[in-house]
Amino acid sequence: MLQAGEWAYSETLKEHFMNPKNILQGENTDDFDGVGMEGNLQCGDQMMVVIKVDKEKYIITDCQWKTYGCASAIASTSVLSEMVKGRTIDAAFNISPKEVAQELGGLPDNKIHCSVLGDKALRAAINNYYTRTGQEDKVKQEQVKIVCQCMNITDHDIEDAVLEGARTYLELQERTKCGTVCGLCKDESEALLEKYKHIHFGA
Amino acid sequence: MADMKVYFDHNATTPLHPEVKKEMIACMEMFGNPSSMHAYGREARANVEHARQQVADFIGAKEHEIVFVGSGSEANNTVLSLFVCASSQCSPCSKRNTIITTKIEHPCVLETSECLVHRGATVKYLDVDRYGKIDLDQLAGLLNDNVGLVSVMMANNEIGTIQDIETITKMVHESGAYMHTDAVQAVGKLPVDVRTLGVDFLTMSAHKIYGPKGVGALFVRQGIPYCPLIRGGHQEHGRRAGTENTLGILGLAKAVEMRAIEMPAEEERLLHLKQVLQQGIEAQIDHTSINGHPTDSLAGTLNVSFEGVEGESILLYLDLEGIAVSTGSACASGSLDPSHVLLATGVDAELAHGSIRFSMGRDTTLQEVEYLLDVLPRTIKKIRNMSTAYIKGGLHAASR
Repeated sequence: MLQAGEWAYSETLKEHFMNPKNILQGENTDDFDGVGMEGNLQCGDQMMVVIKVDKEKYIITDCQWKTYGCASAIASTSVLSEMVKGRTIDAAFNISPKEVAQELGGLPDNKIHCSVLGDKALRAAINNYYTRTGQEDKVKQEQVKIVCQCMNITDHDIEDAVLEGARTYLELQERTKCGTVCGLCKDESEALLEKYKHIHFGA
Repeated sequence: MADMKVYFDHNATTPLHPEVKKEMIACMEMFGNPSSMHAYGREARANVEHARQQVADFIGAKEHEIVFVGSGSEANNTVLSLFVCASSQCSPCSKRNTIITTKIEHPCVLETSECLVHRGATVKYLDVDRYGKIDLDQLAGLLNDNVGLVSVMMANNEIGTIQDIETITKMVHESGAYMHTDAVQAVGKLPVDVRTLGVDFLTMSAHKIYGPKGVGALFVRQGIPYCPLIRGGHQEHGRRAGTENTLGILGLAKAVEMRAIEMPAEEERLLHLKQVLQQGIEAQIDHTSINGHPTDSLAGTLNVSFEGVEGESILLYLDLEGIAVSTGSACASGSLDPSHVLLATGVDAELAHGSIRFSMGRDTTLQEVEYLLDVLPRTIKKIRNMSTAYIKGGLHAASR
């Protein structure tokens, strides 16, 4: 008989969950140069990331966080907060959810969704730093493009659907209703489906 | 790493009762097919029929009104499927193809109902109040000549709320419809008598009451139209094809035998433990709320929402300390929505994500409750310390 005790999570993830690093103590964020908040409590996950920046070298010197979220959210943000320290702002901005998942020793597919919030909040914090320091021109808006005109479905909606488990065009349609009216966007939607599967799951 | 292992998830499943285990081991070599005419088969048949009598006696039914099935889910699927049939020849209610159920049923009822809609049925879902009780006036308003079946869970698995099945059944029968109750969480925990309740169909399961997994029973009142879900065999008088799970059936019978002995004294003990747990939580942890009915509720079930904390993280931190619970959080279920039961009672989505169900049973001790009360407050404190829910200017703070 097999013994219990093996979690669906890696040992690294478990360690970061048990002893999360860089948690913001208290509520005061005045000492930080950038504050980013993503998600909301109604959906069951919310993330806040705060950063300190070396303004000469454009290097992130400190990164702390708080979350309302599950084990994956806690562990992935703990790992992320360690990864960004010492990196340049640009390098930090470009950290992908896949890199975070790799650092964690992998995540179950249905948990990737929960780990994405950390780097979204990090990018929000970096943009917030740019805004506060009068560098609005550097704020990088995440481009949103409407793919399905009939149902008003964006590339972000498709990315979210992939993160939530859609793997085939049919599953994508079930989740987003994209391409269910005129169907003209099928090729583009399928291309995006493959792209996000590759980015997040290496598939 | 945890020095104590405690199980607070009895509504999910229960450990085998030692007497059930003993009985099953003793019968392990009884391999005969109850349908065979030779001695091996007759031995198995005698034992299965004896078990049927025991199960029938336990719920006040007649022996031939018990159909052994593979699970509570199978029993529920069978009953619902009876009421939607393309053939007007065999369907019990070909003219009555509306089913009424509730918003807090087990997914095996809800998903089957959704599927039946595609096959031509109309399904209506009763609302519940903040305690999880259905609205009898709403039911009265929905009952008419088109309604073939009403299916209402007797005791809810998540919040423990108990419905007044006897009253509901009277209303349903007056309208000419049949009544089913999913009593998987009720049988063996509350006195359940099918004659008193008046129901036409009742679902029960072995593994919730210290019996084995993979076996349950469906009560079908004598003379009620019936049509099998699984066809191709004469077993169970043609009501459920497939060679009988003899060992499981004997386990179920032993489980109800033990329930009959142990249940009467158990309720008071569990109510006391629940009271200790609830009072302990309320005294040591602020911003909590209790879900479910304050009195009409299963003695061993306590469902609590903790503000500002997500349920899966509570569950996993408790698991690290050797404590097993379950949560209504979306993250633990793999879906994106939190518990449909809590949402139906009007609990805010955030509080539903932060809900934990503690379910106790015959083996739960006061010492275990005290251990839980030692670990839980610091676990919640640890998670709240890293929670965004308390940040000034955060989304939550603005609404508080």
